[in-house]
Amino acid sequence: MHKLLTDAPGEKMLLLGNEAIARGAIEAGVAFATTYPGTPSSEISLNLFQISHESDLYFEYSTNEKVALEVAAAAANSGIRTFCMMKHVGMNVCADPLMTLAYIGVKAGLVVLTADDPFMFSSQNEQDNRYYGKLSGLPILEPSSVEEAREMAIAAFELSESLGEPVILRTTTRINHSSAFVELGTIHPRKTKGDFTKDPFNKVAVPAVSRRLHVKLLERWQQAQTIAETSPFNFVEGDGSWGIVCSGVSYNYVADAVNELGIQAKTRILRLGFSHPTPPRRVKEFLAGCAKVLVVEEGEPFLEEATKTFAQEAELTLPIAGKGESLFSRLYEFDPAMVRGIIAGYFDLPYTAPRSPELGDVPEIPQRPPNLCAGCSHRATYYAVKKAAEGMDTIFPSDIGCYTLGFLPPLSMGDFVLCMGASVSTACGFSKATDKKVIAFIGDSTFFHSGMTGLVNAVFNNHNFTLVILDNGTTAMTGHQPHPGVDMTNLNRSGYGRVSIEAVVRAIGVEHVTVIKPYKVNKSIEAIKAALDHQGVSVIISQEMCTLYARSLKQLKVRAFQVTDKCKNHRDCINEIGCPAFFLDGERVQIDPNACVGCAVCAQICPENAITPVKEK
Amino acid sequence: MKATRLIIVAVGGQGNLLASKVLGEAALLSGLPVRMSEIHGMAQRGGVVESAIVFGDAKSTIISDGEADVLVGFEPSETLRALNKCHQNTTVITNMAPLPPFTVAIGRGTYPDLEQLKTLIRSKTKQLIAFDAVEMAESAGSVMAVNIVLLGALIRTGILPITREKLEAAIRTKTKASFVDVNLKAFALGFGVSADVQ
Ligand code: SF4
Repeated sequence: MHKLLTDAPGEKMLLLGNEAIARGAIEAGVAFATTYPGTPSSEISLNLFQISHESDLYFEYSTNEKVALEVAAAAANSGIRTFCMMKHVGMNVCADPLMTLAYIGVKAGLVVLTADDPFMFSSQNEQDNRYYGKLSGLPILEPSSVEEAREMAIAAFELSESLGEPVILRTTTRINHSSAFVELGTIHPRKTKGDFTKDPFNKVAVPAVSRRLHVKLLERWQQAQTIAETSPFNFVEGDGSWGIVCSGVSYNYVADAVNELGIQAKTRILRLGFSHPTPPRRVKEFLAGCAKVLVVEEGEPFLEEATKTFAQEAELTLPIAGKGESLFSRLYEFDPAMVRGIIAGYFDLPYTAPRSPELGDVPEIPQRPPNLCAGCSHRATYYAVKKAAEGMDTIFPSDIGCYTLGFLPPLSMGDFVLCMGASVSTACGFSKATDKKVIAFIGDSTFFHSGMTGLVNAVFNNHNFTLVILDNGTTAMTGHQPHPGVDMTNLNRSGYGRVSIEAVVRAIGVEHVTVIKPYKVNKSIEAIKAALDHQGVSVIISQEMCTLYARSLKQLKVRAFQVTDKCKNHRDCINEIGCPAFFLDGERVQIDPNACVGCAVCAQICPENAITPVKEK
Repeated sequence: MKATRLIIVAVGGQGNLLASKVLGEAALLSGLPVRMSEIHGMAQRGGVVESAIVFGDAKSTIISDGEADVLVGFEPSETLRALNKCHQNTTVITNMAPLPPFTVAIGRGTYPDLEQLKTLIRSKTKQLIAFDAVEMAESAGSVMAVNIVLLGALIRTGILPITREKLEAAIRTKTKASFVDVNLKAFALGFGVSADVQ
């Protein structure tokens, strides 16, 4: 049985934040779940995907976040509890349905989880999605700990149901990827079938209806604000006159700092876990007892703006600060010592910062950037494209996935990366705006996510570029989730369809389409050259399963290679493809037989034919 | 209990997340509050994995620079890289078997000299316990047990209020059944490493 289905209320389990959230949803009786995978949210959906195999929970990996939210909107409007989860930038993709779903509302609980990523551990930006609460008018719950993530997941469903609208559960990486012991609660039964009652004058968002629905949204907003006034997720600690307003993980740093500085008697902390609509009465009462206030929040001055507004309304003139010079930054994530130092500074306390050792005499340590795996098919494709395009003046728009790493040397393939699907559409722009040869890269999952529409645009507007679709049979980057092109029988799952990328590309009207096997180096180069010669849109589909995935499916038949005495140390292998299976033994190039997967790409480019398979024993 | 802060650094695939899990479970068995966080910067793609484990009364799950009481490094150059997390009174435990990053192979950097590395760490912290944990793991039966060898050395220092018995109990429940014997052996070998090994 899946560990998150353990029916043992009161038991304590070491859970990752994401597991705690999944558990909370299960306890709340979630019956329907949709997602597009994205770090740091991926383990929530992974757990629900696994659980759906052994229960009547419906779960799907949708093609993108917009689709996921629309599927979810229908389920919740049919009266079943629904969970839709994504990383922060996924919210941008589903912003369109989100804004109007806020008008239409839901019948059963719908929780939309956004996993924000301050510091961008694995993202292209660090936008603060609390503003989506403001923009849409929907309530936001923000947990401060792993335990609370479970509690809030449950509460979010209840809140959503009582208000009749979606609720945003907003986490940050340090919640998603922290672990703690969580006390399990009772699992409520799932209601897996619902019904939809026709009600066009409330559910069909045409202008006349929407004008009324907006009024209703504002009423619900007011109601939500009233609930926030007394929500147990908004609480005060201490009764001193130094006020600190905080939310999310910042609360932990504040609480620890107050203890360590020994200023419990002087401070008063307002923790806002139900952070939107921010409760005015609660905040004003709090401010009335303070002489000076510091707002501690990662990202944008969201609570700071609200606090200052409320102070003005209450005609309070006390100093309120948050972001600013020698205060908090809008950049990156916070840490305990930083928060402690700024609190000490703001309230004029003597304080010595922790001292790292003096590191001036430490030699430079070689970097260890993430690298495409040994034998990764992307490396082979990049090499072939590079050879085929030799001598051309190129631009390489790329996209989001493992293959983004190809921008690093020695491959250096990737000149412009914006967001999911953008490689195709930016290729359209670059090919019109410049005279350069444009070759774009996109992964299979990303192609389905939002690359297809760009390709339709390219064919219609008759753009001139080559799109290379890196089809490795999985969503590799986020942990090998399936996508519409995947053969689900690999995962022992039946009852799925399968969409052929080649058929889609041809149906869109691309005239020059070639499928290559990237481990066949020369053939691939020839095919790519022909595609580059084509005037108009040409597509190369490079098919080879992700090696890491193949290994996990036990489909990888490894036959390692070795560097023989014929090696004359040109080092083309290392300098041009840079597979991490290579290492230097003194001055000699060697291959780590445990890392090598036997793709044989290096063997094909070695001018001395010095790389050969290890003899079977 | 006042918080004790432990940082574990490793290269993806060295099993540091399992080590944290075992430690967490042992903390629970010992009635010791514990919280942790991990950053796996694309761990499976050869990046660095860092876990922060905070024992005792604290709410934070991350550890600032200069605030780790113990640093456990699974790879010597990564231990050195994490030295900014330490302070004068930090105990550092490190495996000495190097896994040179790929950047070294392509000539973008030189791997630090191991003797110099030890001298540097020793001069900047309270104590250094450095030994070849890979060799020890191999003699316990699997190179995969490096993580558990290092846990042995960590528990031996007595810095954490976790006994040998509690940790062994956690190994029994939290590591794969087929690995329990190897892991217990690895733990015992690591536990045999005393603080004066350098
Ligand atoms: S996980 Fe797969 S796609 Fe990603 S780098 Fe490794 S082999 Fe390549």
